[in-house]
Amino acid sequence: MSAQRIGVEVSQAIAIATRLANVDVVSAYPITPQTHIVEDIAELVANGELDASYIPVESEHSAMSACLGSSAVGARTFTATAGQGLELMHEVLYVASAMRLPLVMAVANRALSAPISIWGDHSDVMAVRDTGWIQIFAANGQETFDNVLCAFRIGEDHRVLLPVMVHLDGFFLTHMIEPIYIPEQSEVDRFLPPYQYPLPLDPDKPLSMGGMGAPNIYTETKKAQEVALVAAKEVILEAWGEFNNIFGRNYSPVEGYHCEGAKVLLLAMGSFSETAMSAIDALRDEGKEVGLIKLRLWRPFPFEEVRQVVKGAEVLIVLDRALSFGGPGGPVCSELRSALYHEDKKPKVIGFVGGLGGRAITIDGFKEIINRGIEISQKGSEQEFEMFGVRE
Amino acid sequence: MAKPEGELTWKDLEIGAIVTEPGSASQYQTGDWRTEKPIIDLDKCNQCGLCYLFCPDAAIELNGEGYPEADLFYCKGCGICATECPKKAITMVEEEE
Repeated sequence: MSAQRIGVEVSQAIAIATRLANVDVVSAYPITPQTHIVEDIAELVANGELDASYIPVESEHSAMSACLGSSAVGARTFTATAGQGLELMHEVLYVASAMRLPLVMAVANRALSAPISIWGDHSDVMAVRDTGWIQIFAANGQETFDNVLCAFRIGEDHRVLLPVMVHLDGFFLTHMIEPIYIPEQSEVDRFLPPYQYPLPLDPDKPLSMGGMGAPNIYTETKKAQEVALVAAKEVILEAWGEFNNIFGRNYSPVEGYHCEGAKVLLLAMGSFSETAMSAIDALRDEGKEVGLIKLRLWRPFPFEEVRQVVKGAEVLIVLDRALSFGGPGGPVCSELRSALYHEDKKPKVIGFVGGLGGRAITIDGFKEIINRGIEISQKGSEQEFEMFGVRE
Repeated sequence: MAKPEGELTWKDLEIGAIVTEPGSASQYQTGDWRTEKPIIDLDKCNQCGLCYLFCPDAAIELNGEGYPEADLFYCKGCGICATECPKKAITMVEEEE
């Protein structure tokens, strides 16, 4: 490998990934903590290092709308946003997936107002859970960089043709300087073929996208979309496999850490799963049979892989960094309970909500969550879920 | 489009339900939306053509003798023609089905 490992801010690494992917169009509106990503891309374009059109817009709604148009004419398209910006895009996100436009978006996960919080959690992601996008969570800078490249290959595959979000924790990842392997252009070119949309907007071959779907056809369009998203998993696995062949880094929808024989499992997503690994190490040193599940692929949800990795566990503790108000706790925990409901032998699923609005969970914090989760599994709890670290 | 829209399965759809044939809106039976249809009394009609002008869906045509005829494939039954008719020659009647 001729790849260079350099110390670089993760946001800047994303910009480098878009340069190596040779994107054609970027349209974005700056918002903390995504700002560095789009600033760095704007600089690459201004300096002539990336031959792309950079479309400045007055809002995220317009950014996503511009991305639809550019993707529809067959341009490789990238954008990035966070928090409130993702919410302002909301209705257009559904259009991107339903029109099957494979643009790629980095989401610098951020809490939602009010009160105003520029800091990280997963409230923004969970609000767009059902938009029909492929959604991948990165746990560190390298995963973020790698999965931006993978996102183009996955989304643009003619068997998929769906937009892809790559989630990275605001500040915890966006503003972190990490050592990241940056591959050669030739290696990226080998991994990522040029984008060719099968039915692009073209004056010589007129067609209509986003037409009216009357009651007699709307259901069929949604079924087609659902089948496409579920079927995308095979292509995602294939892309990650090919990525491993070329770059030597292996990704999977679900990653187990010391799960073999573990009676108690913790599930976390994004950068917090890295801290949780250290907590698992510490508890293992104390002789506790605990393991960690890092959930990387959020949509399409990897049902089989999740069921496989929790096999044999008695307790599954799920950390959500978003709250479904008045509901059963966090959205991830609900999903896990639902995924395991029909299993004959299944662990008790204990939900925690924590790490909201940028509040860190330390190694000791994760140990506390795991110990409390074990306690709840034995003695029960009066609450559907518990909020970790809240001052009572 | 090989089949009428109402008979297409999800597998028949183009990617993203893209419409590849121009002019396909003409196949779209907006008359499906109707609960009332216009009945035109030709004895009262003075052929002024206001119903023809006001119809928002261009679903009223004037026949060879200058009398209006509603195209029920497209007529949504909004009743604007009946409201505008100065001779009260148009009555909105509930569809039986």
